[in-house]
Amino acid sequence: MENSKTVTEICTLLLPFNATGKKLSAQTDIPAELNIDSVGILDFIMEVEDHFDVEIPMNVVSDIRTIGELATYVQSQLEKV
Amino acid sequence: MSVVDLLDKHRGIAERFERIVALGENALGVTNERMISPTRAIVGNREIILAGTNNYMGITFDPRCIAAGQKALAEFGTGTTGSRIANGTFALHTALENELAKFLKLKHCIAFTTGYQANLGMLSGLAGPQDTIYLDADSHSSIYDGCTLSGAKLVRFRHNDASDLDKRLARSEGETGGRLVVLEGIYSMIGDRAPLADFVALKKKHNFQLLVDDAHSFGVIGPDGRGLGNEAGLEDEVDFVIGTFSKSVGAIGGFGASNHPLFNTLRYAMRPYMFTASASPASVATSLEALRILAAEPERRQRLMENSARLFHGLRALGLETGSDVVSPVIAVKCADEQSTIAKWNALFAAGVYVNMAIPPGTPNRLCLLRCSVSAAHSFDEIDKIIAVFKAVVVD
Repeated sequence: MENSKTVTEICTLLLPFNATGKKLSAQTDIPAELNIDSVGILDFIMEVEDHFDVEIPMNVVSDIRTIGELATYVQSQLEKV
Repeated sequence: MSVVDLLDKHRGIAERFERIVALGENALGVTNERMISPTRAIVGNREIILAGTNNYMGITFDPRCIAAGQKALAEFGTGTTGSRIANGTFALHTALENELAKFLKLKHCIAFTTGYQANLGMLSGLAGPQDTIYLDADSHSSIYDGCTLSGAKLVRFRHNDASDLDKRLARSEGETGGRLVVLEGIYSMIGDRAPLADFVALKKKHNFQLLVDDAHSFGVIGPDGRGLGNEAGLEDEVDFVIGTFSKSVGAIGGFGASNHPLFNTLRYAMRPYMFTASASPASVATSLEALRILAAEPERRQRLMENSARLFHGLRALGLETGSDVVSPVIAVKCADEQSTIAKWNALFAAGVYVNMAIPPGTPNRLCLLRCSVSAAHSFDEIDKIIAVFKAVVVD
């Protein structure tokens, strides 16, 4: 799967959590720009895990800032399978 | 170069707190000026019915516990001034551990200074960086913190959903390292129980060890009050049990327990056990006495469940939506949003009833809750008063 397609799908999954209404892109800093609380981010990550059928441990989540970084991590997991 | 103010990052919290307080009382800082009983206190020169204390057995004023605490103060002093692995183990600590092991019908028990430290110690002692912990999404913060302290890989599964855990266990099948699944007996915010049989069934399919945090269920559920495993008839399938003395036992402290032959080795591997002062003599003595009372007086659990059912059905009869559909000593009334939750909490408080105000991110699924916890010491009159006040000020 191409990274841009992964980014698009992650943006779609993020929509219900994005109460700010800000436009989402690969550069969007999820915790800093979208005003999602800590539990909300973990809930969103579960949606990403299930959509792509990959594992994203909580320990990894704190190191991921942008949608693009998340897409890269998802890609790396998909390539492992 | 200017100094970065470390507290700047908390300005958002400060502003939110100010918004809450501007709407009435400080719901997050209620001060009990005097305790009248396990279910009544003087707050701001007013007598309040307490319906949010987790004092499930109402044992905090039992004269036998008070006498035991006073005796321990006189015989052992005010504090231990040391950790359990240094000078802080008194005969009372080992007596409590032995009594608790007997109560739980388990071989080994380790007492901690608080319930929070029990979770930090047990989780970080059991799992390490090479292992994986699977934790329920609605787990208490102390579980999250203990998991983080362990350095283990952390995988969250959907609340009370064994099929979701099954899927997540399968994703990492074959990886090296141990696997620990963490459940709670009664979940603190909503009051629902883990469907233990569903999770135990997965042990036949996937290799893992199972831990149940019975913080809100120890002394409360099960035919002998031993918690979730006891209620489900599956105690042998639970590898590790954690609990607290600050709820049904009416003191402060926590414990971990197991039949594992190496369990006591954890005493030398758990930093939150090793590097803190042990529980004070008075607290340990009151816990020990309370434990004996809980074992000898099962009618307290019966009374707690009667009171819980009375409040649960009473609130639902008003048309209020509760977090759980099952009777539990934790009864959480759902509210529409944060603003109305704060307003309704203030109205309840003004009418003489204290409950817990629970708002995100401290709640699952961004729920806004008026969280009640029931005590065996509540009279039916008190329960009926609580229901009447909810009817007067909470029902739209």
